[in-house]
Amino acid sequence: MNESQPAAPGRCGLREAAVRRGAPVRFTFENRVVEAYEGESLAAALLAAGWSALRDSPNGQQARGAFCWMGLCQECIVVVDGIRQPACRTACRAGLVVRKGTIG
Amino acid sequence: MTVSPESGAPDVLVIGAGPAGVEAALAASAAGLRVVLVDEAAAAGGQVYRAAPRSFTGMTATPESRLGDDLRRRLAESAVETHFGHLVWSVSLGFRVDALAEGGPVSWSARRLVVASGAQERVVPFPGWTLPGVIGLAGATILLKSQHMLPGRRTLVAGQGPLLLAVAIGILKAGGEVAGVVDLASRGEWLATGAALLSRPDLAARGAGWVAQLHRRGVPLLYRQAIRRATARGDDIEVTVGPVERTGGPARGRERNFTVDAVAAGNGLTASTDVTRLLRAEHVFNEARGGWMPQVDAEFRTSVDGLFAVGDGAGIAGAAAAALHGRLVGLAIARELGALAPADHATQSASLRRSARRAGQFGAAMAGLMALRPGQVAGIAPEAVVCRCEDVTRREIDAACAEGVRSANQLKAWTRCGMGPCQGRICGDIASALVARHAGTEPRAGMFTGRTPFRPLPVAQLIKPVDYAELELPPPAPL
Repeated sequence: MNESQPAAPGRCGLREAAVRRGAPVRFTFENRVVEAYEGESLAAALLAAGWSALRDSPNGQQARGAFCWMGLCQECIVVVDGIRQPACRTACRAGLVVRKGTIG
Repeated sequence: MTVSPESGAPDVLVIGAGPAGVEAALAASAAGLRVVLVDEAAAAGGQVYRAAPRSFTGMTATPESRLGDDLRRRLAESAVETHFGHLVWSVSLGFRVDALAEGGPVSWSARRLVVASGAQERVVPFPGWTLPGVIGLAGATILLKSQHMLPGRRTLVAGQGPLLLAVAIGILKAGGEVAGVVDLASRGEWLATGAALLSRPDLAARGAGWVAQLHRRGVPLLYRQAIRRATARGDDIEVTVGPVERTGGPARGRERNFTVDAVAAGNGLTASTDVTRLLRAEHVFNEARGGWMPQVDAEFRTSVDGLFAVGDGAGIAGAAAAALHGRLVGLAIARELGALAPADHATQSASLRRSARRAGQFGAAMAGLMALRPGQVAGIAPEAVVCRCEDVTRREIDAACAEGVRSANQLKAWTRCGMGPCQGRICGDIASALVARHAGTEPRAGMFTGRTPFRPLPVAQLIKPVDYAELELPPPAPL
């Protein structure tokens, strides 16, 4: 991890160390603070913070997370400031309030 | 709904800014046509040359990143009108294209429509493929080259085709651990691609170098094996791997377990056919080129007048061929619309065709390694979820077929397979292949009918406040 960057909590060490990222930002997921960098996708930032389960499937109630990483599969749907959207296609911004995408 | 305020309708609208779409747009624009290029990503490149976010620096250049940078530079220097961050959610004949951007809905009308929507990944279902931490191989490439992030600390890489090596090496370079590479193909099948590889000695040498590097790092390479199942073990995933037959079905033999925190699995690419299916273009089934694809002529015209499909979205041929084919489309449209003299068109396209044939050889060999094998479909475990959105298992699909389902669309009505938020994009070709086992052939089973919207969208983002005074009312019907 680059010294100029704060260590993310949880599953640290997933970020490629040689690459410098945007400004550090903080948002919340399920009321817990997540530290990330501007430009990262929400799905990537959540993965790096140890959150791979982003919702439960509506029929089988099984935990699901980002799968295709290109906006097709809809498995990484989360609720961002009240709007359902794929975490892999949403850029991190300071102050976002993100919740799991479980329906019901 | 607003129509684009820019002056008049474009001559050509291109959906998808990967190599095929950008080259088609550049060629048509160079001939003097007004071209609009739309893509949901923030920059051109498609998935193959996907760029890192603008705020990232310090990345090591690769052959792909250089090609992507060159593509983006040439596009920026051209007269092509680009709209990035625009998600196309509907297309209708005419052609009208509706997209959603951060600023709200946008639409265009164009005389010619080029669909360059690229490929998407197929993953053959196994029990446990829905666990968080199990991701697509193509998804892993995006994490690595765009987000510069590892899928996990220790990743098992499994499936078939050239992405296996690319992902395993990408993980090692980014500082991660690869637990193993599980390849459906045998060593002999890789060697048999040798003749085609000679057409791209650069890529062949790089592939050989990658294998050597994996050996040096002690990464086990398991040929003719596949994942049997994955099970959650606390925060980890236990993956069972076993041998397969040449046809891809499970074979007897020693199974091996790996404990990892991520799995990257993928079984080849298929054409992304959302738009061509929606517009009811004719499609053909060709397993060696990824399965279902729109039927096109030598200049990539579909059966729908004015509609072109090119690049991997017209059948898997690889990025190099896609770029050349894209230019052929741009030239063909320029000739059709009178912007390019027939004689100039003939000379320019003849030399492109020769290069495209060479590039196509390599693409075809890779597509062959990625082709779905019959035993892979037959061998899907009954308890495996096939439709991830609706949690429909193979057992439920077989039961529906036993009750008389003979087409992919019937299967939707019976089981809801393919009716969730992904609209059958992830399960579609496997669902068709499972129905085909009962219907006889893939063409008989057919594919899911294309529908709008292409992605789930909040209705609030598509509508604007209505001023009733501005609505044009039709005259009342005569009494």
